[in-house]
Amino acid sequence: MTQHNRAKFQPSGKIQFGIFFQGVNSGTIWKAPESGSQTDFESFRRIAQTAERGLFAAFFLGEGLRLREHLGRPHALDVAGRPDAQTMLAALASVTSNIGLVATQNTTYNDPADLAHRLASLDLLSGGRAAWNVVTTDNAWTGANFRRGGYLDHADRYVHAEAFVETAKRIWDSWEDGAVSSSVSADAWAVPGHARRVHHSGQHYSVDVTPRLPRSAQYRPVLFQAGDSPQGRDFAARQADVIFSAHPKFDDAVEFRADIISRSLAAGRGANDVQIMPASEFILAGSDEEAREKKEWVRSLQIGPQQAVAYLEQFWGRELSAYDPDGPLPEIDPVVEETSETRGSGFHGAKARQLAEQWRAEAKEKGLSIRQFVSSRTSRVDATFTGSYTAVADTLAEYARVGAVDGFNISPWLIPSGLDDIVNHLVPELQERGVYPTEYAGSTLRENLGLATPVRSEALEPVPAGGVR
Amino acid sequence: MSGISRPGQPGFLALELDGDGAHPAAWRKARHAPDELLNGSRIRNTVLAAESAGFHVATFADGSGTDGSGAGGRDVAGRLNALQRAAFAGPVTSSIVLVPEVDTVYTEPFHISTQLASLDYVSGGRAGWLVAASGSAEEAAAVGRSFVEGAALAQEAAASVEVSRRLWDSWEDDAVIRDVPTGRYLDVDKLHYVDFETPADFAGAGYSVKGPSIIPRPLQGQLPVVAQADLLPSDVDVVLVSAPTPSLLAAEVAEVRARLTADGAGAAVVAELDVVLDSRGQSASARLAELDAFTPWSSSRARFVGTAAELADFLAKLLAVADGIRLHPAVLDVELEELAQLVLPELRRRGVLKPVAQGGTFRELLGLERPVSRYASLGSEARAAVVGTEN
Repeated sequence: MTQHNRAKFQPSGKIQFGIFFQGVNSGTIWKAPESGSQTDFESFRRIAQTAERGLFAAFFLGEGLRLREHLGRPHALDVAGRPDAQTMLAALASVTSNIGLVATQNTTYNDPADLAHRLASLDLLSGGRAAWNVVTTDNAWTGANFRRGGYLDHADRYVHAEAFVETAKRIWDSWEDGAVSSSVSADAWAVPGHARRVHHSGQHYSVDVTPRLPRSAQYRPVLFQAGDSPQGRDFAARQADVIFSAHPKFDDAVEFRADIISRSLAAGRGANDVQIMPASEFILAGSDEEAREKKEWVRSLQIGPQQAVAYLEQFWGRELSAYDPDGPLPEIDPVVEETSETRGSGFHGAKARQLAEQWRAEAKEKGLSIRQFVSSRTSRVDATFTGSYTAVADTLAEYARVGAVDGFNISPWLIPSGLDDIVNHLVPELQERGVYPTEYAGSTLRENLGLATPVRSEALEPVPAGGVR
Repeated sequence: MSGISRPGQPGFLALELDGDGAHPAAWRKARHAPDELLNGSRIRNTVLAAESAGFHVATFADGSGTDGSGAGGRDVAGRLNALQRAAFAGPVTSSIVLVPEVDTVYTEPFHISTQLASLDYVSGGRAGWLVAASGSAEEAAAVGRSFVEGAALAQEAAASVEVSRRLWDSWEDDAVIRDVPTGRYLDVDKLHYVDFETPADFAGAGYSVKGPSIIPRPLQGQLPVVAQADLLPSDVDVVLVSAPTPSLLAAEVAEVRARLTADGAGAAVVAELDVVLDSRGQSASARLAELDAFTPWSSSRARFVGTAAELADFLAKLLAVADGIRLHPAVLDVELEELAQLVLPELRRRGVLKPVAQGGTFRELLGLERPVSRYASLGSEARAAVVGTEN
């Protein structure tokens, strides 16, 4: 591909699917008779194998660092409890053969040499299918579970994360290609001087290590990133292979794509070098009408009366159990100016009193009860595709045609059967339209996503004389 | 506690599955090329061979061991993460217990606890933890920490084990209630802060861990903890015992057991043994000489060099005093074949090995009951009081 072409975005004409097994959060229905365990290995195995049957590119796991709290203690209504991402993915590597294995891991409460080594290990164990979703959690509340506590300022998190990622890349790139002998009668296990030491000395950590693993079949783990602030987008444009975005709605997706293209070009990368897979949810049926009914059922189970009240309590900072979930929003004001006392909920810093006033006005105007209001706020309207298999397939084909996204990272609302109808009915519709793979392109995640072989990171130290063959 | 097996009862056998074997030159005699070592197939094949041979336990060594430059590329310079190797083996095996070595000094106790609990889930309760306390300057430099040694190592290990033990108990067994009428997924009275603080005399940088864990209680409640004798003063389920020569091993096992008994500890005692066997017409000593000519093998363990029949005799006698024996094969591919075909069948014939239980847990193998969570009897008021006094 010439330099000129690299600057021009070329839609692939295809979309890919990933599966985001959350196992936590209110999006996962646990009240239905068909709801299974969210921690048993069999649930993970079934979802991963179903996804692989549907030619999904990736199986994605989040990360837990501290149990969420509500009004100062763990939250009774919270769906919580999940295994360690990389341990689970290593186990799934033995019962799958093509699907990518994506671990969300933070850069604050991990050590670069240790994390890079474990990701390289997962990459080799899985035959080149590992990926790292880089997150930058920084609060001291989470730090209470870790040796160093809350040592990092929020403002420094991307500077820190970028140095971390660059160090990880140097560790992955440190072994020469073909360093390990391929002959049973070799004179030496590896080429002398095959590995370069990696030094890093920074504000928050220092690293001095001779990496212990060679490159994998896909060279090094694929990098995902999900930050949506301007800083986060620039970080992704410089470092990531795939963005796990929050913009699945068509117009937003097109706009986000244009933004990422310009940031990628500014970072010296090609227009197609950074892929985009938004978070999404699918509620599908044989007809649009049935799908709408199913959606009502899904929503009623995701947000019950207690969850609706608890949702408001996060913002009000006080018990609201005396309020009728089917009545109007509470007249009393929140007890906190900022909602920073509610932890791990993702709403830090919102101005609670101002929000409460806005919400009361909105609910009154639309005639919504607490339950209806909360449901409307939490249903992720933008991220949900609801409709018949054929209608949704038509919609997705349009995304593929213009290249609005490279794929969707799907959170099933039911475990472990939540991908069945997507794989059995939606995937064939997409294949018929020529916008979905009909086989895995290869055995590595990089091949299956159509990503180029990475360029060896530059900041490596010179190899000793005679060390490279 | 029902207690572990006593001398005279059948014992168990563990096999260390690291790399190509315990001898540094093992890769030269492995039945595959060097670049076929670091992948999933190798893990699958070796752990299935060990399970099929009737080993009760597989262990997975970790740590950088050597400087990664690999002595000029002559010895194996690469190793996959031990906990991941064990996790990979979980779904493809059904009876063998999986025990990775995990360091306690240069790692985050909270992550270790979660990773090991997760291993218990993916293996159906067949997980254990071989506690290591790295005294290597290399590993300290890798993570930018100051080098820890001596008594401080034992302190680091004890603190890390205590954190994991508390976190594994921090969700009581019935904390996930899924109560549809009230909308409660969790019973929060059954979730507990662990509020761990390192002791005042802690040599390294002190730290605290709040809890609770992010994963429900492991299937076994508490994973069995395995450690070298003298690393941990208490809270160990399996103690590994080494001696300079095979002839001193039985006496050392007896001495460690006497010491443990005097301290009121009921840990299982497992003897450590390097093994080199006759194979395919070549004597064990000739094989060892050939390997040593490439790279000399130094090890702190007793080394058995001889025939399969002699080894069976030796192990049968040792199992009369030890609860189990862990074998470190000089060359995994070679020794495992001899062990599977000649040694284990003979030991089974003599009735000195425990039966292998399909789907059994590590605790069951050790004769340990599934413990109740240390926080189980505490209501919410009592819990508040304990949080204030426990440390």
